[in-house]
Amino acid sequence: MRRGRIQEAAFTFLMVSSLALVTATLVGIVAVVLIKGGPALSVDMITETPTAGYYLGGGGGILNAIVGSLWLALSATALAFVVSIAVATYLQREFSTPRLANAVRTVLELLWGVPSIVYGVICFVIMVFVGLGTSLLAGIVALTLLEVPIMTRVMDESLSSVPPELKVSAHVLGSNRAETSVRVVWRQAAPGLVSAVLLAFGRGIGDAASILFTAGFTDFIPRSVLDSAAALPTMIFFLSTSPLPEVRERAYAAAFVLLALVLVISVASRLLTHKLSTYVVK
Amino acid sequence: MVCAFLALVVLILVFKSSYLLGQRSLADLLLTTDWNPPRGRFGLLPIIAGSVYVTGLAMVVAVPVSVLASTYIAEYMRGAAQHVMKSFVDVLAGIPSVVYGMCAIIVLVPLVRDVVAPAFGVNSTGFCVLSAAAVLAVMVFPIIISVCVDIFRAVPQETREASLAVGATKWETTKLVVFRAALPGVFSAVLLGLGRAFGETIAVAMLVGNLPRMPASLFDSAATLPSLIASTYGEMMSIPLYDSAMMLLALILILIVLAFNYLAGLIKKRFERLQLGESA
Repeated sequence: MRRGRIQEAAFTFLMVSSLALVTATLVGIVAVVLIKGGPALSVDMITETPTAGYYLGGGGGILNAIVGSLWLALSATALAFVVSIAVATYLQREFSTPRLANAVRTVLELLWGVPSIVYGVICFVIMVFVGLGTSLLAGIVALTLLEVPIMTRVMDESLSSVPPELKVSAHVLGSNRAETSVRVVWRQAAPGLVSAVLLAFGRGIGDAASILFTAGFTDFIPRSVLDSAAALPTMIFFLSTSPLPEVRERAYAAAFVLLALVLVISVASRLLTHKLSTYVVK
Repeated sequence: MVCAFLALVVLILVFKSSYLLGQRSLADLLLTTDWNPPRGRFGLLPIIAGSVYVTGLAMVVAVPVSVLASTYIAEYMRGAAQHVMKSFVDVLAGIPSVVYGMCAIIVLVPLVRDVVAPAFGVNSTGFCVLSAAAVLAVMVFPIIISVCVDIFRAVPQETREASLAVGATKWETTKLVVFRAALPGVFSAVLLGLGRAFGETIAVAMLVGNLPRMPASLFDSAATLPSLIASTYGEMMSIPLYDSAMMLLALILILIVLAFNYLAGLIKKRFERLQLGESA
């Protein structure tokens, strides 16, 4: 009896300290980024491009990375949305057999787990094959490949949870499969669809491995889709080990902006999901 | 289309790496330790060993901590507190890996270089197996915790009540009933985390030193499969065999990760069927 109690006390202690450790890492990361990135952040930092080359120090800011990241992630999310909503809708019972749907779900889960560097490598091979250099376009394609499995899988889950009675009612009133999907199922699943898009966007804007070979890096804001583009994650990757403090500052500021973006998206996703659920039939 | 894409990815990698495989035997590539592409030496063993060391060490730390933390969240927290903790873990999972890497360079690398390594009487740059493994462990926490909490919640409430009713304490119930029922699910969560850790590129590339040599101690630099690909992409086009070797690395990487994830999915499905069968 006593031994049992000691064991219980010991494990409760271990569980609480594990939880404390996990909590402390998040707090620690946010604190480090705030302490290092906060002072580095200024109006010039976010409104100017680097003036003296990214490894030479000097003035200027991280505007090239901010604009590049937004272009990359927004375009990739838009492309991924078009593909994902189509695939996710097709996976529902009205369109495909359960057997096919389950096979595709398994593959999607596998693709979700594929390391993003592999998407980068694949895109790089394709780029060499078609004779394209590092460019915004290639980066967008790589990020789209990364985002589609995530978005589709989450969308599929929220579409699948739409009550069948709702679809039956729509069918009874004379709407066909497509009308039911677009007008009834999508609207009912809207909170889930929005959180799928935001989850994929958050993943896309934070990923460096897939755009490292494909989007390249530059001090300038891309003027066309064939120009190389800098991004916040690649900027952090290249600059945070720089021997020059002025250059490291840029990485810290970039990390601040990136983390703020990702956290805002994460919170916004929760709030939006909550708000949109008021229009859902329960 | 989705299935065809996965097949296409693997096929491209096989095709691109076949050039190197045509010139060297697979055993020769996998079992020699000399990685020197400009001289045409492609021993992959140090890179595979680096991956295994870093990932293994990370999992040794991450698995007990995550399983204990998720047990507390799922079994000992209620209502709002549990909900807040779960959202907290989701936020942690969403932090980009470059940010983890940068924080580790600021905090962990000097710590290892100036405090930990001297305490063991060794010199280290701080960019070593230990730093990479530590940050990898932190990155795997939210993945394992998030899945584990769901798994624990899926164990039917009645089984807990039955155990408590015959006089078991809360901990005895957790240990003997919930753990036992959730074991396959926890195993799949660990495999999922393992797959993610094995493929993690950026944070590891920033911390491990990217030196493809057999690491002799925790304080040595090493290279992992993804970190080497990320750090050498610029030079790899100059020598055709080099390019092909990189593709072989990517192929090995994707096959290993796919195997982990497939297994994890299989076990999880089995667990769900078992639990649904019991509760129905």
